[in-house]
Amino acid sequence: MSSASTLPMQPGGAQAPWTQPYRGTVGMACLIIAESAIFLIFIVAYIFYLGKSLTGPTPDQVLEVPIFGTICLLSSSITVHLAVIRLRQVKLRAFTFWLAGTVVLGTIFLLSTAQEWYRLIYERGLTLQTNLFGTTYYSLVGLHASHVIVGLIMLSLTLLFALFGRVNEHHFEKFDTLSLYWHFVDGVWVVVFTVVYVVGR
Amino acid sequence: MSTIPAVKGVDETQATRRARLPARVIHEWLTTVDHKKIGILYIGYALIFLVIGGIEATLMRIQLAQPNNHLVSPQVFNRLFTMHGTTMIFFVAMPIMFGFGNYLVPIMIGARDMAFPRLNAFSFWVSAMGGVLLYFSYLGGSGLYAAGSAPDVGWFAYAPLTAKVFSPGHSTDYWTLSILLSGVGSIGTALNIVTTTLCMRSPGMKLSRMPLLVWLYLVMGGLVFVTISPLTAAQIMLTLDRYLGAHFFDTQAGGSAVLWMHFFWIFGHPEVYVLILPAFAFMNEIVPVFSRKAIFGYPAMVAASVGIGFISLTVWAHHMFTVGMGAAGNTFFVFATMVISVPTGIKIFNWLATIWGGKVIFATPMLFSVGFLFQFLIAGLTGIILSIAPFDWQLHNTYFVVAHFHYVIVGGILFALFAAFYYWYPKMTGRMMSETIGKWHFVLFIIGFHLTFDFMHIPGLLGMPRQIYTYEADRGWGSWNMIVTIGVIFQAAGILVFVYNLVRSYFAGKVAGPDPWDAWTLEWSTSSPPPDYNFAVLPTVRSRRPLWDLKHPEDPDSDYEL
Amino acid sequence: MSFSIRRQWIVSRADRIPGLRGLAGAVSGAFAFAATARADAPMTLFSPADPQAQSIYGISLFVLAITLGIFIVVAGLLTFVLIRYRQRPGDDNREPAQIYGSNQIELSWTVIPILIVVTLFLTTTRVILGTEAIEKPKGALEVTVIGHQFWWEYHYPKLGIVTANELHVPVSDAQHPTYLEVTSADVTHSFFVPRLAGRMDVIPNRVNEAWIDPPQPGLFLGQCGQYCGTQHAKMLLRVYVQSQSDFDAWVKAQQQPARQDFSSDPAAAEGERVFMHNACMNCHAIAGTAATGRFGPDLTHLASRDTIASGAVPNTPANLRQWIDDPNSLKPGCLMPSMHLDGHDLDTITAYLSQLR
Repeated sequence: MSSASTLPMQPGGAQAPWTQPYRGTVGMACLIIAESAIFLIFIVAYIFYLGKSLTGPTPDQVLEVPIFGTICLLSSSITVHLAVIRLRQVKLRAFTFWLAGTVVLGTIFLLSTAQEWYRLIYERGLTLQTNLFGTTYYSLVGLHASHVIVGLIMLSLTLLFALFGRVNEHHFEKFDTLSLYWHFVDGVWVVVFTVVYVVGR
Repeated sequence: MSTIPAVKGVDETQATRRARLPARVIHEWLTTVDHKKIGILYIGYALIFLVIGGIEATLMRIQLAQPNNHLVSPQVFNRLFTMHGTTMIFFVAMPIMFGFGNYLVPIMIGARDMAFPRLNAFSFWVSAMGGVLLYFSYLGGSGLYAAGSAPDVGWFAYAPLTAKVFSPGHSTDYWTLSILLSGVGSIGTALNIVTTTLCMRSPGMKLSRMPLLVWLYLVMGGLVFVTISPLTAAQIMLTLDRYLGAHFFDTQAGGSAVLWMHFFWIFGHPEVYVLILPAFAFMNEIVPVFSRKAIFGYPAMVAASVGIGFISLTVWAHHMFTVGMGAAGNTFFVFATMVISVPTGIKIFNWLATIWGGKVIFATPMLFSVGFLFQFLIAGLTGIILSIAPFDWQLHNTYFVVAHFHYVIVGGILFALFAAFYYWYPKMTGRMMSETIGKWHFVLFIIGFHLTFDFMHIPGLLGMPRQIYTYEADRGWGSWNMIVTIGVIFQAAGILVFVYNLVRSYFAGKVAGPDPWDAWTLEWSTSSPPPDYNFAVLPTVRSRRPLWDLKHPEDPDSDYEL
Repeated sequence: MSFSIRRQWIVSRADRIPGLRGLAGAVSGAFAFAATARADAPMTLFSPADPQAQSIYGISLFVLAITLGIFIVVAGLLTFVLIRYRQRPGDDNREPAQIYGSNQIELSWTVIPILIVVTLFLTTTRVILGTEAIEKPKGALEVTVIGHQFWWEYHYPKLGIVTANELHVPVSDAQHPTYLEVTSADVTHSFFVPRLAGRMDVIPNRVNEAWIDPPQPGLFLGQCGQYCGTQHAKMLLRVYVQSQSDFDAWVKAQQQPARQDFSSDPAAAEGERVFMHNACMNCHAIAGTAATGRFGPDLTHLASRDTIASGAVPNTPANLRQWIDDPNSLKPGCLMPSMHLDGHDLDTITAYLSQLR
């Protein structure tokens, strides 16, 4: 049983209403900062080793710009954004539609990466072990792809819940947090794409 | 025994006494998501590893007390210093700082728990598993497929010594994987600290009214994100090299050994700031209370702390002055390293100004704080010495560097931790630690500390390299090493006394009450130990020292704050 | 206050003011190391033996003086406040005046450290440029240093010499220093001979440059400065600075191929046969013979060296025999395997190698 408190207790505070950011957003921002730092190191390694391979194929010899996959992935940012808006407006069928679109586009991107890797490994003979370019290319693109996979798993789970009608407007903030992650994954791809396929070739 | 009158706190709810069946207690601690219990788990875990790391250090010091000694073989010695460094940084210093942060940050901002309690628990257990994995290497490393046991590549594991060809077997992998696990836990806890601080302060606690401890943990948390990640990345690269034939650090394939150094030190330097910022945090809370004055220059302290956080990201290659970066590279890092001394100095001066005009009470927490102030000053000055690149060309990788960083970590951080223990133990357990035993702890430990680490600078100046299992008798290093080793005895005695004090006080210490030190921040407004929910009603604050306003309603802080 | 009371005060307050203890320790330490600078400490940085080490020594003293000055001022102030403002018995319980800060004071103790930093920075830059940014003179003697686990290989490309572990250089001046190009054959090492120069890291797949210019002859000791594996501790360095004539004589001797004529020494002759018929030649080279291995040190003039095992033990027949029998008994963890020779073979091979001056 507590004795009467003599510290001021009004929850509203002295003057203005007391607001602080949503925890999920801040937490996801922190995660994004940490992950960006990891990606930055792999990007630095990639750039540092450009032109330093002793043997083997060079980027301009084997790389083909993955335009289609990139368009799909960047579009998926638009679709997930639309899904967020629809969820806030409580238009649940539209939300589910755009969410499904995001998952589909993300999966297409992954498949296009897989197809590219297949071509590089079996037709052009470039593997992680081939030379410095192979090492840095596969690790950087692979790190990104692993983040895409994680994102797709989360989005697919959400889609599953949505298809069973379990997602409603009360989950808006959580879904918004997830969409932040997806935007991050897309943002990283913009950087990786520029470094690997534009500048580095 | 404290001579400070204990002011009545506002919430004297006693913690609920649950059934004390051992199975229930253990279950509660294993499954807890309460930030206070997780904090104590981190601290207890760190103390165990502190003793283990200390034993490793003692063995090394006995081996080095005389030239050409044969206590341990070179292989064992190389494992000892690798394990000692790795243990102390990742499984003592990081966990103990996260432990105190976990306990104190929510309660000092008037929150009920961390932002993500389950993530908090997960982070602890993942880090703990990292430590277990590292020590399993002593047992599991040399059997079946492995050659050699515990890692022996040095705590910074330079490439290409860590390549499969130079370190066959799994010892290096234990190093890599255990630190990866610890890194996951670190990022999780830092995420919690930052989110909690930004999103869960109690009403009225603007950022400019937060206790400085919370500010420093906020900066530390932010720093962790950009510090641990480069190491994680580098270790992933190393593992790819070792197991999938990648060539990140494979000099035979054109790879660069220097790249590892850059990546490691981009982690390694800010990491030591991650460790020292909480030590500053403790000082910012303890020194004012025992000088009976508000901290001098709160805005400057905040600015200095944030500045240190940012600048620490730019100085890493002062660990690489001897690598041949060239005059331009060396000059830049000399400059950056010297610049960081400015905000650090500002902090020391502000503490000095806090004590000035105050009323200094030499209770045990303050004794350790005073030790911190002098020793951190010296450590900072030897850091300046090392920042002079040409001087560093002589001192790099010698015992001067070892003496410098132990001065920071033991003389600075550990002393601040001892102060924090004596200061917050009453809050965490409801009992005071014994002042008499505390003073014994202090005297023994400070004698040992100075015997060891003052005199350790000398062999460094005389050219003695580090990470050597023995040395030639004709170098003139022998007698200094002997003195250094003798200091270990006193430090060990001090630690034993400390542990005894911790245990004894839990059962036989004076009951503390909510506010034994007559302090001013929110944690002292609730009972000792606090109830699970921390506060009966979340307080509204109007200044930086809510309890000061309460105790001195005629002269509240809010009238004067800059 | 009389003297005895003051002493009592110091004694009884000493454990309340721990800084004094540290202060005493630091100051006495400072004097102690100054005293040892001239004692037998062959790797002390306080005894520079060439102009480059001298310039490092100069800035070292400057920095030490400044930091000592800062320490005295700040520690003095700290000691003062702790004594002056301590709570005395009989004090009332009133809190002292709360002072929250002062912008002017903050400014002053920001500006003064910045000035100190600028001074130190400019002085340091001058030394860095004077060491790292100067051009290699045309008359420099060029030596290639290759670090191995756990020994040093030296090539003199223009003189056609390959040797190991003991570096011979002539006395030099600014126009004729010795330039060292350092690289590694395996992991990262560091070439560290404090009395001659700051260290320079020895890194695989990278060539670093260092130089020394000792004006007086002498023997200068050092050791590997970067942890490189099990026997990092015994990867020692010996630099023999010789007068020009002595150096020329040494070069001449080193340029000769190995002694081949052992007609006067049957044990050595047999030892040569043992050497050439065992695995020795896979790792070691002896100029003028079939042995051209490069994994281990060049043995062409092994007997001209003072030490073996990269400085670990003196070069005596007994040590040499023990080394060949079981290298790990002298340097546990080194990369040379035991050759499992019997006693007779060991005797003859020792006799042979001892003749390779």
